[in-house]
Amino acid sequence: MKALVPIKRVVDYNVRIRVKGDGTGVDLNGVKMSVNPFDEIANEAALKLKEAGVISEVVVVTIGTAKAEDQLRSELARGADRGIHVVTDEEIQPLQAARILAELVKRENADVVIAGKQAIDDDNNQTPQMLATLLDWPQATFASDIKIDGGKATVQREIDAGAETLEVDLPAVISADLRLNEPRFIKLPDIMKAKRKPLDKVELSEFDIDVPKLEVVSTSNPPAREPGRMVKSVEELVAALKDKGLV
Amino acid sequence: MLKRREIDFQIFEMLEAERLCAQPAFLSQDRETIDAILDSAQRVADETFATHAALADAEEPQFVDGRVRMRPEVQTALKAFVEGGFMGTSFPEKLGGLQLPYVISQVINWIFSDANVGTAGYPFLTMAAANLIQAHGSEEQKQRYMLPLIQGRWFGTMCLSEPQAGSSLADIRTRAEPTGEGDYRISGTKMWISGGEHELSENIVHLVLAKVPGQPAGTRGISLFIVPKYRLDDQGQPGPRNDVSLAGLNHKMGYRGTVNTLLNFGENGDCRGYLIGQLNQGLAAMFHMMNEARIGVGLNAAVLAYSGYQHSLDYARNRPQGRTAGQRDPSSPQSMIIEHADVRHMLMRQKVYAEGALSLCLYGAALVDRKHLADSAQQAAELECELSILTPLIKAWSSHYGLKANYWGLQILGGYGYTRDYPLERIYRDNRLNPIHEGTNGIQSLDLLGRKVLQNQGAAFRLLMARIGETVSACTGHSELGEFASQLHQAQMRVLEVTTALGKVASGGDVATLLANSWTYLDMMGHLVVAWMWLRQAVVAQVAMPQASAEQDYYTGKIQACAYFYRWELPQVEMQAQQLMAMDASILQMAEEMF
Ligand SMILES: Cc1cc2nc3c(=O)[nH]c(=O)nc-3n(C[C@H](O)[C@H](O)[C@H](O)COP(=O)(O)OP(=O)(O)OC[C@H]3O[C@@H](n4cnc5c(N)ncnc54)[C@H](O)[C@@H]3O)c2cc1C
Ligand SMILES: Cc1cc2nc3c(=O)[nH]c(=O)nc-3n(C[C@H](O)[C@H](O)[C@H](O)COP(=O)(O)OP(=O)(O)OC[C@H]3O[C@@H](n4cnc5c(N)ncnc54)[C@H](O)[C@@H]3O)c2cc1C
Repeated sequence: MKALVPIKRVVDYNVRIRVKGDGTGVDLNGVKMSVNPFDEIANEAALKLKEAGVISEVVVVTIGTAKAEDQLRSELARGADRGIHVVTDEEIQPLQAARILAELVKRENADVVIAGKQAIDDDNNQTPQMLATLLDWPQATFASDIKIDGGKATVQREIDAGAETLEVDLPAVISADLRLNEPRFIKLPDIMKAKRKPLDKVELSEFDIDVPKLEVVSTSNPPAREPGRMVKSVEELVAALKDKGLV
Repeated sequence: MLKRREIDFQIFEMLEAERLCAQPAFLSQDRETIDAILDSAQRVADETFATHAALADAEEPQFVDGRVRMRPEVQTALKAFVEGGFMGTSFPEKLGGLQLPYVISQVINWIFSDANVGTAGYPFLTMAAANLIQAHGSEEQKQRYMLPLIQGRWFGTMCLSEPQAGSSLADIRTRAEPTGEGDYRISGTKMWISGGEHELSENIVHLVLAKVPGQPAGTRGISLFIVPKYRLDDQGQPGPRNDVSLAGLNHKMGYRGTVNTLLNFGENGDCRGYLIGQLNQGLAAMFHMMNEARIGVGLNAAVLAYSGYQHSLDYARNRPQGRTAGQRDPSSPQSMIIEHADVRHMLMRQKVYAEGALSLCLYGAALVDRKHLADSAQQAAELECELSILTPLIKAWSSHYGLKANYWGLQILGGYGYTRDYPLERIYRDNRLNPIHEGTNGIQSLDLLGRKVLQNQGAAFRLLMARIGETVSACTGHSELGEFASQLHQAQMRVLEVTTALGKVASGGDVATLLANSWTYLDMMGHLVVAWMWLRQAVVAQVAMPQASAEQDYYTGKIQACAYFYRWELPQVEMQAQQLMAMDASILQMAEEMF
């Protein structure tokens, strides 16, 4: 069974991001970049299934600039077998990413896609769902536990009310939530070995991603929180809320 | 994240580590690989070391039924460290290491020590022990003892000190009697042994200084022995106990995660030791490794200084208190304390001490690598010479001013700094060790003035002055940096004058006068050398600035800090030069009874 795991290069979760002075986006100059944490979890899940003898090959895929190779190598060092790098300087939105991934799934004949539930840069939480739709595959999102057996995946999902368990037929798209696992540390000798693992570079022009795109008009900081005020009674609270037009 | 920025500045921008790593001798590693290694180190450090730093401090190791009991998190962290491949990073690939430059291994040390200096102590000692065996051990000793250390299966210790002999190793009493079977029977007591007993590893390899009876008195009769906790069987596996017993633990002010022991060797007359290197060459072998160990201590001090700086900076940005001078309206919101000039002084002092010490220590570490790559024996000898004179400065200046930096960091936190709810109190206690161990700072100052500066007709001193001179020349006439260059040159001339005068006292044979003010001399030299480091940093920042639009603040901060050091710290050289020129030995007239 072959698993495909998408990887995104994002601003490191420790970085306090800054909006550019002219409002055209977030300032990425000299900012530390890392693998999207949910994608690390997805890869870890795939690697565990490989160790359990369920999956035979883990292919990690990234769509991004030449520098995104660092993140792909990082996941190869964690244990993935092979990498595919769709190289582009263009900003890729979820529908485009889903289309590229769908094409790669077909080329690779993958049996399952394990993806992070969302990327921490734009927090869209759309690509896995769109991918499942484009492939016409079942999907199980926000996984906190995955078992694969007899052509089916049993997935425990995190939902607002707690957890639910679904069964999906394979092939399927599964998206990983935070509590699925704790990704293993990357060992230094494996960083060296990852340099020799196969990594294919693919041109973006090979894919049909001519879809309408969202246009970012401007980016700004969220408004500063206004100081709170203590009220003495429920009546006063209700009055204050009415005053602000909130109830 | 500022920390990683600082690492990148210090090694890639200041020391051109990218070119260093690309050398075949270091397996031609690229920048991406080094970045990945440091990322991985940070991850392991954040998730396993930092998480128990306060815990291991609060619950120091205990002596229970002859054994050491400690927090289990220490073992978990060290397991992650070893499995991650961090143990033998600078050792050759064929020995199971990664063959990384020494300077990179020191940055890895930075990352782990910053997270938890107590737990980082074990691998630090283990590598020092492996280093020593690599340099002086036989092939068989390397196979049997060094490899398991590099693999992290066993840990190592350094057993020099005894209850009655710390600074003066000439007076150690531990004995090693030949058994007639090629090995020695060790007996004696060693004090202060870090990592001397624990159950973190399958075996402990003690490197013990001892005297063989009938050999010369003093340092010329000291030899070095491998003494394992468990004797090895024919397969090299740990077998029976080797009569090394734990007599007690020292309860310390800081570094409390690193267990510190009093060890008895051969209580039952059955402790075997194996000679490393030549008979009576033990101290020489030990000191051979001392340069690197002292860079490690200096770096630890600098790292703790930098950690304290980061914590207090964060606090200063978020603590509202009072209003800036000129704001008279009491109903206006309070300012963050970073807006107060006095607090900025406290931050700036930390920045110049911490980043100054970091660049000095890493410069020293890079000398070790450059020596390794030297084209000729003469070039290697020159680099060794430069390193040898810098070593006491690296160790003593960084630990003295690193602690001062922590003083100011703690001060910024006000009353909160004095409590255990914030890390500065612990960092301050930890850092108080560094002026004491690996040769006290007083001993370092004697080493600097009594040995390193004056030996070989001042060759090392002249070499160091020439190196500083190169930076001065490169900046002379520069619109922004020229002023610093001329101040550095002036200070250098004063130091030269003082050193020449002290040289005359030395040739006159008045050793007491020569050494009466050795600490002041070290302090003065240290400030000169760190001023040099600051000018080097300013040069790099100057060059980088125009291309780095997004990082103007970072680089401007470097130049501002350089200016601050020259304005507020460097003038100390002139004052100390005057004191030293006076050859004032009056402290010797203050007889013991007068105190
Ligand atoms: C936490 C900790 C960990 C340690 N770990 C180890 C270890 O793993 N292995 C090991 O072998 N040792 C270790 N040590 C010992 C350490 O190296 C010694 O404490 C140090 O060398 C000083 O020796 P001492 O404590 O006996 O002080 P002393 O030598 O008694 O010195 C006391 C004071 O007198 C001064 N002094 C002494 N002699 C002279 C002189 N000739 N001229 C001028 N001033 C002098 C010193 O500078 C010092 O200020 C450790 C110590 C500590 C505190
Ligand atoms: C062990 C202990 C015992 C104590 N006992 C008592 C007690 O019995 N009763 C009691 O009332 N209090 C007590 N205190 C409180 C003590 O007086 C305060 O901690 C002290 O006044 C500092 O206030 P702070 O801790 O809030 O620091 P802050 O006022 O927040 O100061 C933090 C830093 O900012 C600097 N700073 C603050 N404002 C300015 C400014 N306008 N300009 C320049 N710099 C500024 C300070 O110098 C300091 O370095 C105690 C504190 C401790 C630690």
